Amino acid sequence: MMKASTQHEHMSAAGRDLDEAEVLRVENLAAHLHTGGGVVRAVDGVSFSLRKGETLCIVGESGCGKSMTALAILGLLPRPAGRIVSGRVVLAGVGDLAMLSAEAMRKVRGRSISMVFQEPMTSLNPVFRIGWQISEAILMHEAIGREAARARAIAMLELVGIPSPETRYDAYPHQLSGGMRQRVMIAIALACQPQVMLADEPTTALDVTIQAQILRLMNRLKTETGSSLLLITHDLGVVAQMATRVCVMYAGVIVEEADVGALFARPLHPYTRGLLAAIPTSRSGGARGKLSTIAGMVPNLARLEPGCRFAARCPDVHDRCRMAEPPLAAPEGAGEGGRGVRCWLHLSAGPVAPALEAAP
Amino acid sequence: MTPLLEAIEIARHFPLAGKLFRRSTRAVKAVDGVSIALHAGETLGLVGESGCGKSTLGRLLARLDEPTGGTIRFEGQDIAGLDEAALKPFRRRTQIVFQNPYSSLNPRQTIGDTLIEPLLIHGIGDAASRLQRAHDLLDIVGLRREHFGRYPHQFSGGQRQRIGIARALALEPALIICDEPVSALDVSIQSQILNLLDDLQKRFGLAYLFISHDLRVIEHIADRVAVMYLGRIVEEAPVADIYARPRHPYTQALLAAVPVPDPARRQPEVVLEGNVPNPIDPPSGCHFHPRCPLAEARCRSEMPPLVTGAGGHKVRCWVNQAEDPVVRNAWQI
Repeated sequence: MMKASTQHEHMSAAGRDLDEAEVLRVENLAAHLHTGGGVVRAVDGVSFSLRKGETLCIVGESGCGKSMTALAILGLLPRPAGRIVSGRVVLAGVGDLAMLSAEAMRKVRGRSISMVFQEPMTSLNPVFRIGWQISEAILMHEAIGREAARARAIAMLELVGIPSPETRYDAYPHQLSGGMRQRVMIAIALACQPQVMLADEPTTALDVTIQAQILRLMNRLKTETGSSLLLITHDLGVVAQMATRVCVMYAGVIVEEADVGALFARPLHPYTRGLLAAIPTSRSGGARGKLSTIAGMVPNLARLEPGCRFAARCPDVHDRCRMAEPPLAAPEGAGEGGRGVRCWLHLSAGPVAPALEAAP
Repeated sequence: MTPLLEAIEIARHFPLAGKLFRRSTRAVKAVDGVSIALHAGETLGLVGESGCGKSTLGRLLARLDEPTGGTIRFEGQDIAGLDEAALKPFRRRTQIVFQNPYSSLNPRQTIGDTLIEPLLIHGIGDAASRLQRAHDLLDIVGLRREHFGRYPHQFSGGQRQRIGIARALALEPALIICDEPVSALDVSIQSQILNLLDDLQKRFGLAYLFISHDLRVIEHIADRVAVMYLGRIVEEAPVADIYARPRHPYTQALLAAVPVPDPARRQPEVVLEGNVPNPIDPPSGCHFHPRCPLAEARCRSEMPPLVTGAGGHKVRCWVNQAEDPVVRNAWQI
């Protein structure tokens, strides 16, 4: 645990690092899980930046580290197995979250950065009325009275589109449908007007028409409250509909980063291309075509081989890929700003042999 | 041509618990008068949201549950009221693949034993031929022979679903009921399983009843699609027809809500509001009318019939009737 003074110095130093438009910057974040099978490098050097008013999507399949990234940012890694081993999580006006004590982090969570998870039934407390749970979140962070908190909670319920909010204030979570529960979670998340809302698969458990309602609601509230959204999902359809920018994760690292339009128009990393091609398509009247697949399986993050993590499944693999892991860097000849790809196919060799350059 | 499987006005009502010593007269009508036909070698996609009755319908057609009304004919024989012993020949011909292969496989049984068990139950072959058949099944679904002695926990989700499919194939069925078979899988694995199901259908002439909430998967895999809402089929048509020209406002809403994986086509803001009503107390008339922007007086009082129009496009709607040349889209401003 750090002493308060050092912590404070660190916070003010970190706060200066951000650009004016940035609200959250994650730098080289690594989080490991200590399991019986060894040390799992669940998040292995992840960097990205979230700007004001933007929706940044992190997309990837099961086990790619996207949820662990979210938990690491929030200081909610499973204990005692999970631990941040390096990197910084700089939140505007707060500082490096990775350096905060559990106590200090509790004051930040829900106020400056808040979260919505996949299954609202497990995130809400089943024995308390939903209105009370929203009031509680407000009272925890703000010095206002119970009555004022209650009024705010009712206003929040109305804001997230729950009909007759005064009556619903007294409902228990089990009395609401899945979509309504997720609206309550969003009401709690936004009650203190955080700068960043972090949503981890918020619509995965919902039906498609309810998903459309919730996504639309999040978009509207993001605009109205001026917060930024970090949205974690496995669904490229949701990404296309919601994102400003996209990070594609694979095996604990970001393999591609781009503006949403560029990513879908010109995916560069073979994994991104594989994911997009695997989405079921209509047959346009003709015979059912074969869907494209990605051969093989995700590597074991406790026993990574040297080289590119996607090499074993990559259709375009060559010798260099097995020797050294490519860095996440601007692709060769790319005119688009802010684009990065972790693939030797798209990186220029440069004056130094890449195998040497990437060696530790 | 006689259909392989035909359900006529089948129903499954779950009575609600009454007060002590008093029988309840109310019931949840999970499936309420569904008629459906499935021909050999075709795939019928069944879509709808949670609680619409699609899984209950699947269980009725597999006779894992007994309908409270109506007739089910399989290869011409009525199977709706048969007891377990009389159903045994039917059990060989119809199999089911579930969503979660881990919970539908016995964790203490090796894969080999899992594949041999149905052959033993139906008294097929001798020990050597059963062993051979189990090995063949592993080949067919793209697993290796060394997998024979392993246990379910030693496999990934996609491999477990292959095992579930191999078990369903063991008895050479004519029909496989697939209840959300790829919903728990990542998209790259999902595509492998969809390709496998497609190959197996061509190879063995299988018919599939493919139940899913995922409209992209259904569009890819199905020949015909039936849409369920509150226990009833509201629309049924060949796949290309229903995706290009949905008639029922609910189908239109479902299709409009699917997130399109193309950022250049951001979807309109108009989406279906509200939730599926309580099935204990469904709305009068057309069950969809409280959420339907096209609803008229008649929709509130009278349940529309499911009417067949050109090209076998069936729709249950007073406004966009099956034979109307003009289709109104409920969600276009």
